[in-house]
Amino acid sequence: MNYKAFMAMLARDARVARRGIVAILFQTFLQPLMFVFIFGRVMVGSGYMPPSYKSLLLPGIMALCMVGTGIWAVAMPLIGEFQFTREIEDRLLAPMDISWVAIEKVVAGTIQALAAGIMVIPAAWLLLRPGVDLSLHRPLLFAVVALLVAIFSACGGLALGCSVEQTHIGLMFSLVVAPMIFFGCTYYPWSALKNFPIMQKAVLVNPLVYASEGLRATLVPQFPHLSMLAVFAGLIGFNALLLTVGLRQFHKKAVS
Amino acid sequence: MAAGIRTKDLRKVYHSPPPLAAGSGGISFAAKRGKGKQPKAEIVALNGISLDIHPGEIFCLLGPNGAGKSTTVGILTTRVRPTAGQAWIGEHEVWKEQSAVKRLIGVVAQRPNLDFSLTAREILVFHGAYFGLGSHERNKRAASLLERFKLTDRADQIVRGFSGGMMQRLSIARAMMHDPQVLFLDEPSSGLDPQTRLLLWEIIREYNQSGKTVLLTTHNMEEADALCQRLAIVDHGQVIALGTPQELKASVPGGYLLRLRFGHNSPELLQRFQALAGVREVRPTENNGADLYADRGGPLVSEIANLALAANVELCDVHISEPSLENLFLHHTGRSLRE
Repeated sequence: MNYKAFMAMLARDARVARRGIVAILFQTFLQPLMFVFIFGRVMVGSGYMPPSYKSLLLPGIMALCMVGTGIWAVAMPLIGEFQFTREIEDRLLAPMDISWVAIEKVVAGTIQALAAGIMVIPAAWLLLRPGVDLSLHRPLLFAVVALLVAIFSACGGLALGCSVEQTHIGLMFSLVVAPMIFFGCTYYPWSALKNFPIMQKAVLVNPLVYASEGLRATLVPQFPHLSMLAVFAGLIGFNALLLTVGLRQFHKKAVS
Repeated sequence: MAAGIRTKDLRKVYHSPPPLAAGSGGISFAAKRGKGKQPKAEIVALNGISLDIHPGEIFCLLGPNGAGKSTTVGILTTRVRPTAGQAWIGEHEVWKEQSAVKRLIGVVAQRPNLDFSLTAREILVFHGAYFGLGSHERNKRAASLLERFKLTDRADQIVRGFSGGMMQRLSIARAMMHDPQVLFLDEPSSGLDPQTRLLLWEIIREYNQSGKTVLLTTHNMEEADALCQRLAIVDHGQVIALGTPQELKASVPGGYLLRLRFGHNSPELLQRFQALAGVREVRPTENNGADLYADRGGPLVSEIANLALAANVELCDVHISEPSLENLFLHHTGRSLRE
């Protein structure tokens, strides 16, 4: 690995992200926070949802926000840069193995997803308070889960970004991202699916389930959640799978 | 120390249309039968190219679109995986020692592939950073290249709004940013106005004079003739002629080419042309035409016209070409480079 080239590419991504920071902030936070406001504030305030829903919702929103950010931050630039203009070519010609160019994208996406996750907690908490019962009693465990969730989002972005053509971006969101969010236990805990046994089993193929449940287990452990063993197995397994698929697809796109 | 370029029996077969990175390939289609599937098209872009480009020379690959020039450059710059054969930059085998090779080369692609999220200056500075240049050094080099390529006025603007010529200039500046030993330029002057083309030629010559190897591809004979010390003419993925421009031009029988067209086909008349003084070769072409290779041009026309008149064959068209690479290409392939 060429440390200098790798860091220069991270600096390049930071420069581009800083330039588009306003758009990125809106894109990352507007929709999740509107959801928090309507479901956590309006629906709870009007009595349609129990007050405890506020606490239940927050980890799911954090997972949603992180995954959305990571996928967007990695997949969208990659789809564009591999198109007709081949903007990525200059980085592919940097003196290091091209796999590191892909890994740099994953690292940049992970950092952005972590930042989004850390920022959405106080924002959502402000919107929801009072009555949000977060208990960060195992901060290290929470940090590890958050990191795995961020890596999952970035690896997912790599795999999607290198598999989807520009003309199919809309399809990617409606066929992959939207179902993943709705069946990803973001707005409800996995245990709430006990009355739908087939669905409860089927959603386990969705990596977002482990992300939401992992954050739920470490932020609001008072609610039922998947075991930490299942969360770690799910997140590590999917991260490895998505990274492997992503790197393979990246090589296919990069070298003809 | 300057590095040379070597290739040995390079072959590249695409199983789908060549991607953008490789430019266009596309020559012969061989049917390959699968189990009940549609035959898969195989596109042979390179069919055994062997080259030995000396350190410190300007070498040119001249050929029509789809000849395999961009695929050759793609393989030499690690962007295309060869189906067979080997290639070296200096002592390093391209496919096996990619990082070492990438340190030695600078690449200007056929289409500007600039980082559209950055400004012109940032493109150069980040490129320098990818190659490990220190902060002071890369800022200094970027400023000097922007000046050299007349881009200082727009240096701090995002490149998305640049004209084609400005993008091309910036692409070349970027390729030179880390001072590579070997510079690849894939059709560098396409889309440039004549003034910028001359500036580009001057810059290429200057870069070469500092001891660097330059490989450029073109389908423009004037460019090849003006710039290159040696050149290879490629067609259908193969080298059909190799040498200095003078050697190659001298290898055309006679040097001059007279392209003739008649009212009707007359093999006897063509045979009589063969006997004219200075005529080296007569080849019948399509539409009652003939290509006549000779050591003189204009003075032959009256003799040709007289013979045609005597044979009662109307002479419809005469075109005289002085000794050129175009004539050489025609002589080898029967087609014009411009076709």
